[in-house]
Amino acid sequence: MPAGAGFDPTHSWRLHPQVAVRPEPFGALLYHFGTRKLSFLKNRTILAVVESLESHADARSALHAAGVARDAEAPYLHALGVLAASNMLQRRETR
Amino acid sequence: MTATSGLISRFERGLDAPICLTWELTYACNLACVHCLSSSGKRDPLELTTGQCKAVIDELQRMQVFYVNIGGGEPTVRPDFWELVDYATAHDVGVKFSTNGVRITPEVAARLAASDYVDVQISLDGASAEVNDAVRGPGSFATATRALENLAAAGFADAKISVVVTRHNAGQLDDFKNLAERYGATLRITRLRPSGRGADVWDELHPTAHQQRQLYDWLVAHGEGVLTGDSFFHLSGLGEPGALAGLNMCGAGRVVCLIDPVGDVYACPFAIHEKFLAGNVLSDGGFDAVWKNSELFAELRSPQSAGACGGCGHYDACRGGCMAAKFFTGLPLDGPDPECVQGYGEPALAGARQVPRPRADHSRAVPLTLSGPPARPCNESPL
Repeated sequence: MPAGAGFDPTHSWRLHPQVAVRPEPFGALLYHFGTRKLSFLKNRTILAVVESLESHADARSALHAAGVARDAEAPYLHALGVLAASNMLQRRETR
Repeated sequence: MTATSGLISRFERGLDAPICLTWELTYACNLACVHCLSSSGKRDPLELTTGQCKAVIDELQRMQVFYVNIGGGEPTVRPDFWELVDYATAHDVGVKFSTNGVRITPEVAARLAASDYVDVQISLDGASAEVNDAVRGPGSFATATRALENLAAAGFADAKISVVVTRHNAGQLDDFKNLAERYGATLRITRLRPSGRGADVWDELHPTAHQQRQLYDWLVAHGEGVLTGDSFFHLSGLGEPGALAGLNMCGAGRVVCLIDPVGDVYACPFAIHEKFLAGNVLSDGGFDAVWKNSELFAELRSPQSAGACGGCGHYDACRGGCMAAKFFTGLPLDGPDPECVQGYGEPALAGARQVPRPRADHSRAVPLTLSGPPARPCNESPL
């Protein structure tokens, strides 16, 4: 299964509490203090999505709020899936 | 770390803060490794005080430098070492420190196991005492493996075993991997640079062309299961683009740099020389100011000439290789790496060249020999 294939955009997600975000002109750097892994976000849109995950009921709403249209969401879902697979994101229990 | 070519060109223009910062806390060391890149041994009397170190950490926190790679010398011999580690982690700056293991007692190991924000790298340059001790000194293999045992027993997960690949240990990569597995650790291998005392032994110790090929194949096969500090990008011309995991570019002054024990900032940990000195954290307005305003760093962040490598079809892969390796073997910076995998390094090394001396030598006054009998019999215990 390719990394990210299992990402469920109808679920609610959040950044792992041990992940620090450093915005950069190209997007952002993410660092996970637990796994000690570094990741790159390659544009500001994915950064906005990642930072707003926690305030949306599900990942798809966060994508739409950041201006990602339904027919353009595939690369973003892939990116979120990669982040989830490396534990940068974690599933949140819905209220 | 993975990155596309778009990110690489972005990184080559530099970031607002380093991704990877090495901080040598002291030049003092209990060992005298023949290839020490910082020529360590004796403490520099002007080394930063505890308060000055804390001020640097405050800046790193403001700059959102996620972690520092602390080394030396042997950093744990600083009396305030643990105080500084605690201060850093309390200020959102994670610590990875490199040690020969001398202070990693069971008590220290237990303390380290209790923190999520401290990572430990034990240096080992042979998978057997014989190979290791010839480079790092008698007893150093036992010291390192005792530290690894203590860490494993304390439940410290995923320590790193840090190996500089040499002609003598290049055939031991599988043994190193097994050794790491035995201690629940991860293997990290990096490139031997002719920096510091390394300049004196590089001719004898750097891997042969054949070994480099084997090393490349081994790295491709083991992918991201082995850490490399992304230091083998000079090998990337041996295969398909992207086959070698990691950020395949020279990060000097762009995404990495070094702070030395007296607060001097150099473009990279392997370039302790006036030519790569960007400034000083005490006399030039702090680390942030040096990172952002140094003329040297501005130059490194501007487009670089491919020079003599411009006509080579592999330039996009290796980008001319390692600046420090070229400089300290006396080769021009806009030409091939001394270990160029296309074979352009060998004729360059055979030509006329002047090898620069290191900026400072902190070695203790003991003659260092790579292996073989001690220089004088009385230098070694007869027991």
